[in-house]
Amino acid sequence: MTTILDPTNESIPVERSLAKRNGLISGRLALLDISKPRGNILLKKFENMLASQFPDIVITHYAKPTFAKPAPEALRTEIRDNNDFLIEALAD
Amino acid sequence: MDLNKQGEKNMTDAPLPAFVLENSNAGHTSFPGERSALICFIKADCPTCIAIMPLLEACFRGMQDKIDIHLIGQTLQGNLELADKFDLHAPLLDDSTLKVSFVYDIEIVPTLIWAIPPGQENKRLEGFDKAEWEALLLDVVEQSQGSNRNTTKFPAKSESTGLLFDWATLPKWRPGCASLSADPVIAERLQAEADNNPLRARKIEIAATDDAFEFMYDQGFSDGLPLVPPTPERVLRMLSGTRREAQELIAKVPPNMGEATIEKIAVNAVMAGAKPEYLPVIIAALEAACTDEFNIHGVMATTMGASPVMVVNGPIREKIGMNMKLSALGQGNRANATIGRALRLAVRNIGGAKPGGTERSALGNPMKFTMCFAEWEERSIWSPLHVERGFNATDSVVTLFCMTSGPVLIVDQTSRRAAQIAGSMGMCLTNIFHPKAQMVSDTLLVVCPEHLDTLARDGYSKENLRNRIQEITMLPMADLVVDDNSGVGIPTDKFANMSSEMQQSKLPKFRSNSDIHIVVAGSDAGKFSGAFHGWATGSTGSISVSKKIEET
Repeated sequence: MTTILDPTNESIPVERSLAKRNGLISGRLALLDISKPRGNILLKKFENMLASQFPDIVITHYAKPTFAKPAPEALRTEIRDNNDFLIEALAD
Repeated sequence: MDLNKQGEKNMTDAPLPAFVLENSNAGHTSFPGERSALICFIKADCPTCIAIMPLLEACFRGMQDKIDIHLIGQTLQGNLELADKFDLHAPLLDDSTLKVSFVYDIEIVPTLIWAIPPGQENKRLEGFDKAEWEALLLDVVEQSQGSNRNTTKFPAKSESTGLLFDWATLPKWRPGCASLSADPVIAERLQAEADNNPLRARKIEIAATDDAFEFMYDQGFSDGLPLVPPTPERVLRMLSGTRREAQELIAKVPPNMGEATIEKIAVNAVMAGAKPEYLPVIIAALEAACTDEFNIHGVMATTMGASPVMVVNGPIREKIGMNMKLSALGQGNRANATIGRALRLAVRNIGGAKPGGTERSALGNPMKFTMCFAEWEERSIWSPLHVERGFNATDSVVTLFCMTSGPVLIVDQTSRRAAQIAGSMGMCLTNIFHPKAQMVSDTLLVVCPEHLDTLARDGYSKENLRNRIQEITMLPMADLVVDDNSGVGIPTDKFANMSSEMQQSKLPKFRSNSDIHIVVAGSDAGKFSGAFHGWATGSTGSISVSKKIEET
C-alpha cells in the first residue's frame, strides 16, 4: 500500500440541487454586469423581458469593477443581503 | 546530540522516551521502571556488537538483580541468531520497527545508555571503547551496590570494577556500525511516522492493487503528465528545504480560496518533481501569484490563455543549478522545469483552477505546464531585473510576468548597430494582441547575448532600448481605425468624432517604458532574442510582481 498526502485544499465541494421552480418570479432580482464588453446589452434584454413578464419584481443593477478579478467581498455581501435572485451576465 | 569526546554524547535533561517492546521470552518489557537501567542497542550483523555480546550477557547475569538490563536488537531474525549463538539468558527486545531506535536518536550500534530513575539519561557511549565501558560499568556497580561492589554476583573479574569478566578477551576499541534507524530511507519513514512530525495534510491510502500513478490521474491531481507520488517521506524531505513552519499560511489561492500552507505547497512541489532546495523559490512564486496585483485568478480564468512566467534572479540561481544560458527557456533543466510546474500544480490543486472549471482558455497554452528560467546576470551589461525592481543585487528574487504568447522569436542575424537591433525588436513586438492594439499589454523581452553585444557596442542602456521600441512601434491614430481588413481597432464613428489634433496623434505600443521588462538569457551563439507577450496589464488585469526568496 502506498500512502500519499492530499495536494488539494481538502474542501469537499457541497453538492447543491436547484431550488424548486414554480414558474413565478417575484421579489428582488439582481443583475450583475461583470464589465465585459456587451454584457450590459445582454442584461438590458433580460431586464426588459423579465419586467414585462413579471411586473412584481424589483430589479437592481450591479457591476464588477473588472471582469478579470473576483467580485469584491463587499459587493458579494450587498447582493446576497438585498436580493432573492441573481443573474450574472457573462460575455465572449 | 553532539559528541564531546569520542564515543560519548552529551547528556540532556529531557527524560528518555518510554517504550514497551516484545522480548525473546514471549513477554513484554517496559521502560522506565523503578530501578536504574542499562540499555544497549545492537544488531546482529555488527562485528562490534557480536564481540561484546559475552560482556552484555555477563552484565545481565551479574547485575539483573540490581538494575534492569535492556538489550534492544534491530532485527527479529538477528535477535534469534544472537540468542542461539551466545546461549543468552538475557532477553533480547525486538525493535525491528526501529521506532525506539529512532526516538532514542541512535546513530551507531552498539550504543550503551545508563538510565537512572525516573528514566533520565545519565551517560551514553557509542561504539566500543574498553576503557570507557569499564569505567561506566564501574560507576553503575558502585551506584547500584554502594561500597560493596566486590560482593557483586557479576561473574567477571576486573581489578577496577570487581566484576568477574575476562576483559582481556575484548578488543581495546571498535567503532561500531551504523544503526539501521539512521539509514536515510528508513529514517525518513520513521520521521514521517513519528508522533511529532509536522505533517497535517489528509492521508490518502492507495491500495496495493492500484497503480499510484493512475490513481493520481483519476483524482484529477495531474496537469496531464505523470506525478511523483507525494508520500509523507518525500514531503518531509521537501520541507527540509525551508526553515518555515509547515503549517504557516502563505496565501489563499483562487478560485476556491484554498489555503496554501507550506506543507500543501511542498506536496505539490513533490508531485512536480522538484528538489527540496527549490522549495523557497516555489513558495515565493505562489506568494507573488496570489497578490491582487498579479491576479492569478484572472490569469488562469481568461479565455485568452494566459500563464505565469517566472524569472529568477540572485545567488539562488547558481545554488540550485538553474539554467540561464543555452536553452534557458527550453527543456532539460530540472530546476527550471519543476519550479514552474510546481507553481501551476499548486494553483490547480490548492486553488482549484482547472480547465473546464474556472480555467476557460480558448486554446490553452503550453506554458501552462511550466515556464521558469533564470537571468544570466553575469553576462549582462545592465542591472538585472530584480535590482531594477528595487532589490539588492545579493537578494534572490522571483518575478512573475503574465504571458499570453511566446517566447516569440526576434530573428535578426544581420543588424550591426544597436538602433537596428532595437528597431527589429520593436517591429517584432507590434503583433502583441494585434497589430492595431496599442497600449493594452506589456512584454518580457529576453535579450540573447549576441544581440546584447551589438547593443553594448553602441552603449545602449535598457532605457535606450525601451525608447527605441516605443519609437518604432508608434502608430498614427488613423492606422488604428477599424477597416475592411480588420474589425479590430478604433470604431470609425469614434475616430470621426475626434479632434483633428487627436486624429493626427500617434500611439506607442506600450503605455509606458515600465511595461517593457528586459532580461538577458540564452547561449553565446545565436542572434535570436525572444519576447513573451503580456495580458491586459494594469490594475484590471495583471501587473508583474517580485518577491524575495528566503535564504536557507
